[in-house]
Amino acid sequence: MNFQELQEQVKNQFSQVEVRFSSFRNNNRADVSAGDVFSFLEFLQNKMGFDMLVDLSAGDYSQYPGAKHRYGVWYALLNTVAGTRLIVRTGVDDPDPRLASVFSFWKGADWMEREVYDMFGIEFDGHPDLRRVLLPDEFSGFPLRKDYPLRGLGERHNFQPVIRSEG
Amino acid sequence: MPLKLADAIPETGGEGREFLWNLNFGPQHPATHTTLRLILTLEGEVVVHAVPDIGYLHSGFEKLGEHLDFNQYVTIVDRMNYISPVSNEISWHHTVEKLFEIELTPRCKYIRTIFAELMRIHDHLLCCGAAALDLGAFTAFLYAFTLREKINDICERASGQRFHPSYTRVGGLLKDVDDHWIAQVRDFVRSFPKTHAEVMKLLQRNRIFVDRCRGIGVLSREEAINRSVTGPIARASGVTRDLRKDEPYLAYGDLDFKVVCATEGDCYSRFLVRMEEMVESNRLIHQAVENIPCGPINVDVETKIPLPNQLSVYRSIEGLIQHFELNMTNRKWNAPVEEVYAATESPNGELGFYIVSDGSGVAYRARTRPPSFIHFSLFPHLIVGHQLSDVPAILGSINIIAAELDR
Repeated sequence: MNFQELQEQVKNQFSQVEVRFSSFRNNNRADVSAGDVFSFLEFLQNKMGFDMLVDLSAGDYSQYPGAKHRYGVWYALLNTVAGTRLIVRTGVDDPDPRLASVFSFWKGADWMEREVYDMFGIEFDGHPDLRRVLLPDEFSGFPLRKDYPLRGLGERHNFQPVIRSEG
Repeated sequence: MPLKLADAIPETGGEGREFLWNLNFGPQHPATHTTLRLILTLEGEVVVHAVPDIGYLHSGFEKLGEHLDFNQYVTIVDRMNYISPVSNEISWHHTVEKLFEIELTPRCKYIRTIFAELMRIHDHLLCCGAAALDLGAFTAFLYAFTLREKINDICERASGQRFHPSYTRVGGLLKDVDDHWIAQVRDFVRSFPKTHAEVMKLLQRNRIFVDRCRGIGVLSREEAINRSVTGPIARASGVTRDLRKDEPYLAYGDLDFKVVCATEGDCYSRFLVRMEEMVESNRLIHQAVENIPCGPINVDVETKIPLPNQLSVYRSIEGLIQHFELNMTNRKWNAPVEEVYAATESPNGELGFYIVSDGSGVAYRARTRPPSFIHFSLFPHLIVGHQLSDVPAILGSINIIAAELDR
């Protein structure tokens, strides 16, 4: 199934939602709004055979030329039978960036969604265990946001030593 | 609100659970090899629940990727999976070159292919050797480790660095290889089968090793796909995918090799898949090194993409200007304002990079798709129902590199 056929299929079977397709350097992409991404991904998994979530991550587009949303989230999907790939992109905004979790479709989304939450503060509704994955629980910032400085906010200098009797 | 780590750990005690106890495994433990921590809930010796706690080596590589340019960041990606550094470099620059739409020169493609396959052997030797070491077979580890020295020597000859060669550049390589390097690679190709046979002889029918691996940590094909597993772990579960075959890059389209798969999905089949992959890699290196095309290693300097060579920087005004343009912080490349995802088959699985470019020479966002991170999320699923002594067997078979896990 090539990209043209996929576009046709989506147009025929999933017409209730506006999907904008684009292609760049063999990367096929579909942009949908944040409210529709869950149903679109469900459709892609059930009907189009995208059985593997290769990657799920996000970016802070606050200083990006021509960006419509503060955060962009992308889902890189793969159909392991046909070998076709599709990147689904969506955008969310402050003050309450949140998306529906796709853990129910792909179990691989577990840690990837936790990492996005950890680094950007985007929350995923329906995730069974959404807590920080790389940073400690008491960390307050979201380091991959563009307003977080490269050298940190002084966490390193103000770090409380852990004492054995209290640990 | 974030849950506390304590909430993820089931309460010991209570109705029917009074025999459960918690064990803290790591972050400093010989079987983890690097710093990662597991909180295991055990019933006697059987693991009923496992919570991985990672992040001990988190050093903000992706944040650094937003501040270092396309050539500088190669020194950071080197340090992600530090037992196959050149694979990471190739993957990073593969993505950058896809962003710029550069077609590499044939010689560069072949040299990169040889390095990618050397790194696969390098990684698999350590993985199989260390897996055996954790299960008590020390000798196989030493045989495997000795051969890795030769690969380090090859890296040193090509780039001057043994562990973190930083050998690739946008549109080419740091420098060309010489005849001595070719002789070293040929020598490696000749000596590899002997080491491989020795390691196989020590482990393949070793009763203790086989008993501790067979039927342990079984991952079914459906689970592997659903949990985003790639690389040798997925192939050991019967997923017949290999990016080298499915989406050929570099010189893989020209060369003859097989994709090694198994159907069992346990620790032993992961070991066998890795061992057989090394044989195929050795065949690939042999074919590539005997067929290296001549010609330049960098793409045409007129494209304003590669760094000019030293001679032209010192002796021609064009070379000097271009060197200046590519190195000054306010100039660098003119990248398209776009986003691109590209992936290569690293020894651990699909290693991808997602670059968001805002038109400057520095990535606006450099996302890594780290195979170790995704494979480690499998661990609680694989260990449940097995014994405490199976923890090192499973950890060894999924080959977790904590620097890549935490980045």
